[in-house]
Amino acid sequence: MLRLEAVNKSFGANKVLDGIDLEVAKGEMVCLIGASGSGKSTLLRCVNLLEPIDDGTIWFDGQDIADPDLDPQPIRQRIGIVFQSFNLFPHMTAMENVMLAPRRIKRLSRASLHASISTLFDRFGLSDRMGHYPDQLSGGQQQRVAIIRALAMQPEIMLFDEITSALDPELVAEVLDVLRALHSEGMTMIMATHEIGFARELSDRICFLDGGRILEQGPPSKVIDDPQEARTRAFLSRVF
Amino acid sequence: MTRRAAHQAQARRKALRIGAGSTIAVFAAVVVFVPMAPGWPAVQRSFFNAEVLQRTFPGLLDAFVLDVMIFAWSAPAIAILGLLVAIARDLRSPAFFPIRLLATVYTDVFRGLPVILVIYLIGFGIPGLGLPRPWNSPYIWGSLALVLVYSAYVAEVIRSGIDSIHRSQRAAALSLGLGHGDTMRFVILPQALRNVLPANMNLVVALQKDVALLSFVGPVEIFRQAGVYKSLYANFTPYVGAALIFLIITIPATRYADYLLQKQRQRQG
Repeated sequence: MLRLEAVNKSFGANKVLDGIDLEVAKGEMVCLIGASGSGKSTLLRCVNLLEPIDDGTIWFDGQDIADPDLDPQPIRQRIGIVFQSFNLFPHMTAMENVMLAPRRIKRLSRASLHASISTLFDRFGLSDRMGHYPDQLSGGQQQRVAIIRALAMQPEIMLFDEITSALDPELVAEVLDVLRALHSEGMTMIMATHEIGFARELSDRICFLDGGRILEQGPPSKVIDDPQEARTRAFLSRVF
Repeated sequence: MTRRAAHQAQARRKALRIGAGSTIAVFAAVVVFVPMAPGWPAVQRSFFNAEVLQRTFPGLLDAFVLDVMIFAWSAPAIAILGLLVAIARDLRSPAFFPIRLLATVYTDVFRGLPVILVIYLIGFGIPGLGLPRPWNSPYIWGSLALVLVYSAYVAEVIRSGIDSIHRSQRAAALSLGLGHGDTMRFVILPQALRNVLPANMNLVVALQKDVALLSFVGPVEIFRQAGVYKSLYANFTPYVGAALIFLIITIPATRYADYLLQKQRQRQG
């Protein structure tokens, strides 16, 4: 469903992605782990076309979406992303945050959206928070609203960029529960994370990034429990 | 009472004593010493003449209606033009380059000129083309000069507001598939305009005063009317009357701008 081939990306002289090859199958959950600055976030932002890549190809559903002449908006509608810092729109209620994109892009009325979006809020335990503004919500609640906002466009793949890193420890679980639910429904997901325990539990495949390369990848039982690379072992010993 | 509360109460009493003392001293000095100046009786007669004020005040108020009207049609025009110019300067597509260039030149020119100069050039220049009535009216062209200058100010203020919105907000909107227009309209501008509301309120106050500059190209508004009364009564009190009328309007507006600014500071913690 998604295939990256020899993707390169530099910020000035700093090479952030250095020949990334990655394939993600439908329904698969892939976790990206690695130190800060290893390229995890940039990789996700490139897939969502928020950052243009310098070289390489990104195949999405048979289409090369890294083509610079392509209009990125229709592609982004099919690829959801959730950010570390939530990035909810502070001047809108939770409900308005979620409704904005479907209303403007799919031209659906508030009334027709209300039922389906209420169901999403309900499922993620936020049915009593739909009318609240972001600053009236806890970090965990804001992040769940951000996930609902991305899901409301019914994306084919979801990207999660360290979505629990800005949360207090006791709020991490409620967000990870949402991911468990999505995974069990067969959502295709790529997640950059520092939650190694969670990655081991849920992901089908783990990629260890170091200096803009995928140094090692495989099922959690291999990459986490039996890493082949010295750098992977060093990283895991630091975070565990 | 805790030790800290007692200390704070004592500090408050001391600040109050000093404040009251210095205020009384300054006022006493003004009230006692200014009338002792040799020219005071003459100044009092020609600037603070109760009889002249009483006779001219109603006429000044009538003339002030014109100021209010010029303000009332200029302000919305300024809001719209300023917003359009700010948006034009933020257009990214190369196809819009001429519009962006025009908007940049426009703000540079009109921010760089004294208001009174623009009013003279447009207020005298365009009617000089010999246009038929009502297009030779100095009201129209004088107001246009105000609109052009103030729209450049407002555009800069709004643009600073747009710049103040964090890039991640734009990224979040784009990531959902929203276009640049929708992102600007629904995500960036509502936040930007709210952030710069206090700054724009200050421009509103400034505009209220600068309306009086139109008197130089003809309209008999309050400042010019005061000049007429000055000649009639050989007395400057009408100018003081005009000043009072301006203050009745501008002081509440200034206070309100300060209130908005303070509220915003609190909101941003």
